[in-house]
Amino acid sequence: MFDQLMLCDEGFENVVENGETVGFALTARLPYYRGLGLSMIEDVAVTVDGEAIPREAIRVTLRGRTWALADMESEYGDRWNFGEKARVTALKPGGLAPGRHRVEIAERLRISYLPFVPTTRCTKELELAA
Amino acid sequence: MSDTIQRGVSLYSFQHETFQGLMSLEDCIRTCAEMGANGIEIVGEQTFWGWPEVGVPEEKIAEWHALMTQYGTHPVSHDFMLDYKRYKDRPMPFDEQVASIRKDIDFGARLGMPYLRALVSIAPEVLVAAAPYAEEKGIKLLLEVHAPLHFDHPWIIRHAEAYEASGSAALGFLPDMGMFVHRFPQVWKERFMRNGVPRHIADYIEQAYEDRVLSEYVILNVREMGGEGPALAMAETLRHNAAFEPKRMLDHMSRIHNIHGKFYQMTEDLVEPSIPYDEVIAVLKQGGYTGHVCSEYEGNRWVEDAETVNSVEQVRRQQEMLKRLIGEPAPAAALAA
Repeated sequence: MFDQLMLCDEGFENVVENGETVGFALTARLPYYRGLGLSMIEDVAVTVDGEAIPREAIRVTLRGRTWALADMESEYGDRWNFGEKARVTALKPGGLAPGRHRVEIAERLRISYLPFVPTTRCTKELELAA
Repeated sequence: MSDTIQRGVSLYSFQHETFQGLMSLEDCIRTCAEMGANGIEIVGEQTFWGWPEVGVPEEKIAEWHALMTQYGTHPVSHDFMLDYKRYKDRPMPFDEQVASIRKDIDFGARLGMPYLRALVSIAPEVLVAAAPYAEEKGIKLLLEVHAPLHFDHPWIIRHAEAYEASGSAALGFLPDMGMFVHRFPQVWKERFMRNGVPRHIADYIEQAYEDRVLSEYVILNVREMGGEGPALAMAETLRHNAAFEPKRMLDHMSRIHNIHGKFYQMTEDLVEPSIPYDEVIAVLKQGGYTGHVCSEYEGNRWVEDAETVNSVEQVRRQQEMLKRLIGEPAPAAALAA
């Protein structure tokens, strides 16, 4: 469900810190009818124009707090809420070239009552904000 | 106490709209009230951001109660989740599971809920251990009996036996009408065909469901027909769904306090083609049921790729159907007209 609503159009942009482009960011939601505690979010995988971003280079930001994926797995005090837009940052020196890019996101959630661990994907052509 | 079946809505039904911020909580409550579906059920952590890890501020709870008063609706159930897989490397210990339920009981009490929905995979011992606290708070814990499980499944029988042995009236059941899928839902078939299932295989699976063929035989046959990927996925839905019999609820009526009016599609002529609601309501009447049937629309995920989801219209149609089947008297204004 909501697989085509995981990637949002807004917030797809390069991330500049101290005058240096350190990566790019996008806006994403969970493909789920409720939110989920962060420790149960096993993976947020980003692929852009066919290039997979390494897991260690992903950061997730919610309400001003930021986690690396490995740290999220032991975060028991916060959650990604139902329909909430997270800023997902991919650390990639130089960022992305201006223009359109094919972006894929794949989210793997450990859901207590399911007899499997689902991964849901969404692919979209997004225009990098200037 | 009501002397007839009451109508309600689980706000789960409007998830497609609320996910995108297209309907607020007030929009949902007003919509239910307009349909005369005055019982409100929620998945707590869908409706209230922050629950359970962060908590919910008092002003949100006050807003909830104000909406109930304003629209003449009343709380029915908080569906809690109990994430016992919270830790990747170990299961949640027993005592922590019970403590987690107690926390949800407190949350349900803040919201004025008479019932809490427990997911079917929760162990009977955990619910039995949480029951005294529920009793103290005037709340009942209801196990959601949901396909592929059903009232004759050994897991559910274990629950029923544990509840009887406990002697607690705070333990019960919440049957989900998705147990009674008597015909393969058309919205499923159409979605699987859009996903690439050849028509002859889709037709075969639909007919095999109609003929009540064991899922494993259907899966093998589809494989031998050359089916793969989406065709096997369509066949595998038969592992998780079956045409169980509504009358199996009759043995458990004293512990059934809420009903999920699950549906996948309501047609323009107010029929859910896959679930025999006429039979369901007749059984509930026979059993003397006076709780709520709460609409639970789950068709959105089957049509969202091809059309604009209209959850409100779907729920409205189901409520019209329920009104007729329950036999509610027409409002005075309509009689006068």
